[in-house]
Amino acid sequence: MSTITLKNIVKKYGDGFPAVNGVSIDIADGEFIILVGPSGCGKSTLLRMVVGLEDITSGDLLIDGERVNEVAPRDRNLAMVFQNYALYPHLTVYENIAFPMRLGKNKLSEDEIDDKVRLASAMLDLDEHLERKPGNLSGGQRQRVAMGRAIVRDADAFLFDEPLSNLDAKLRGQMRTQIAQLQRRLGITSIYVTHDQTEAMTLGDRVAVLKKGELQQIASPRELYEQPTNLFVAGFIGAPSMNFLPARVEGGRMQTPLGALEVPQRLLDAAEGKDVVLLGMRPEHFEDAKLVDEAIKPHGTTFSARVSHSEWLGNEQYGYIEYESDAKVKDLLDELARDLDGDEMEPQIVASFDAASRIRGGDDAELWVDGRRMHVFDVETGENLTRDAEAGARLTEEANEERAREIQRAREKD
Amino acid sequence: MAANEGKGKGRRGLLWAVITIVVGLYTLFPVFSILATSLKPTAELSSGKLLPSAPTLENYQSIFAGAASDLFIPALINSLGITLISTLIAVVLSTLCAYAIARLDFPGKRLILAAALGVSIFPVISIVTPLFNLWRQIGLYDTWPGLIIPYLSLTLPISIYTLSAFFQQIPWDLEQAAQVDGATTFQAFRKVIVPLAAPGVFTTAIIAFFIAWNDFVYGISLTSTGAARPVPAALAFFTGASQFEEPTGAISAAAIIVTIPVIIIVMLFQRQIVSGLTQGAVKG
Repeated sequence: MSTITLKNIVKKYGDGFPAVNGVSIDIADGEFIILVGPSGCGKSTLLRMVVGLEDITSGDLLIDGERVNEVAPRDRNLAMVFQNYALYPHLTVYENIAFPMRLGKNKLSEDEIDDKVRLASAMLDLDEHLERKPGNLSGGQRQRVAMGRAIVRDADAFLFDEPLSNLDAKLRGQMRTQIAQLQRRLGITSIYVTHDQTEAMTLGDRVAVLKKGELQQIASPRELYEQPTNLFVAGFIGAPSMNFLPARVEGGRMQTPLGALEVPQRLLDAAEGKDVVLLGMRPEHFEDAKLVDEAIKPHGTTFSARVSHSEWLGNEQYGYIEYESDAKVKDLLDELARDLDGDEMEPQIVASFDAASRIRGGDDAELWVDGRRMHVFDVETGENLTRDAEAGARLTEEANEERAREIQRAREKD
Repeated sequence: MAANEGKGKGRRGLLWAVITIVVGLYTLFPVFSILATSLKPTAELSSGKLLPSAPTLENYQSIFAGAASDLFIPALINSLGITLISTLIAVVLSTLCAYAIARLDFPGKRLILAAALGVSIFPVISIVTPLFNLWRQIGLYDTWPGLIIPYLSLTLPISIYTLSAFFQQIPWDLEQAAQVDGATTFQAFRKVIVPLAAPGVFTTAIIAFFIAWNDFVYGISLTSTGAARPVPAALAFFTGASQFEEPTGAISAAAIIVTIPVIIIVMLFQRQIVSGLTQGAVKG
């Protein structure tokens, strides 16, 4: 059980390129932190610096208040699950799990080792496989062995480096649940690196979004989703991602390629004095106008547009609407697309409708968009001009309380 | 479809069987011919027939207990001793060297590899005369170390090359996982890397053994007596019972005897060369 503190951590490689630049994070005891970002954002490097496999160029890394920058990995007492599992192929599953306990520093007696291995294997459903070699196991089983090796350690914290990225979708879902339950049950501080949004949103108490080695925002998943700090976080969190439309304030409404949209006064205030801003709206802010309740209709705008094509998914459907892009925002949006691992931003809106909607590709449809939850972004800096920091902090506070409750409940259950 | 596939497989299998038999005959026939010769009595050596009419062990007797034994037995001991020692040294040194090359980034890494390659392509015959003079002056001529050292120059480069390829196949992550698990660098090397590199080490040992065992040029040039002369060189000094008799029978018998250790070594080590041992270490 311990706290981990990162203070202005910087990692520069030989050519002076900063892979991680001035990242500061305070991780509380028992907290589950996710590091997320597109490839090359430095999230894995950051994790490897915490565990000691990469040197820290500057800044301080504290575990339980003690500076451990120069401490060797074996003396940091952290357990790590590698992306490719890194099991010892010449040892059986049993010996793989027992491996950390057979080494000098934390050497245990055979009986103790046996107890711990059995406990871990029972927890991870590995009892039948203890005598097998990793080469004969399936991906999910290997993954569990790697977890077992981490559990038996009584480590101060767990570090996960994209542990589920080699599994198929179904197994990934199962393992995700298992990891979440395990973490709560053991109440152990964890840092988890992923590029998968679902993992980030479902597992994390707090999620740290990184871009090009710099921390963009660290907050609870709900705060990230509802109160993103800038264009990058807004575009990265959520799938399909947030739509960004160029907009100008005209006569108390936002003039956009979709037409003039009704928005709350605070959005207009935020855009005050700017020539053009980016209006961010999530796919679920749209709806088929026919299916919108009359009571909430005034909170948004009804407009007509041609849906170029649609995708029906059973529980909902997506409609794609093409629009005329604005040269003033094109560079910014293209840069954002590159940051998010894409090529360029198609001038296209993704809208989600109720599954019952009869709107199909090629239709000219009556659509409705909710103005209340939109955000306004600055076209120069990408900063969110309508972020409500207090509301965000409240969401993260709620998440903290939930975590405390869950740990409490998991302990009572044992 | 399935039947077709089966047919194709069968036909391909047949092709491989034919190739295997042809290659087998091509390589084993000379060995068989020597074996047959070694079993012929002296009078029959030039009979022109492949098989001896009355097989006899007199040639084997002559090299182990008879006239040729003074020449052959010390040579056999020399060959075994010198080859095993140079193999052992080559394997230990090249393991450490190859590990460093595969894992560490240090200045001069490419130089070491280039030098190793350079040494291995240098013609032996051009070194042997200067070496002969040098060895006589510093007292290494006709001694075991006098052969072990040049053998290392033959075996080390190829061993370093083979082993560094093996080490590069072992995922880096395994070592890092071991370190995170609490192992020291040396523990990680001994408990994780060495067991995984074992097939590579054994392959290298076999190659090094063959190179040293089969050498003739150094063996005949840098020795003069039974003190260090290895078998390939000793064979050249066999004489017949009289000056009119060729020592063909004894040489054949000796050739068969020196083949035996090679077969034993391959049998012993091939069990260790289990390919795909690292399978299952990483990825799904």
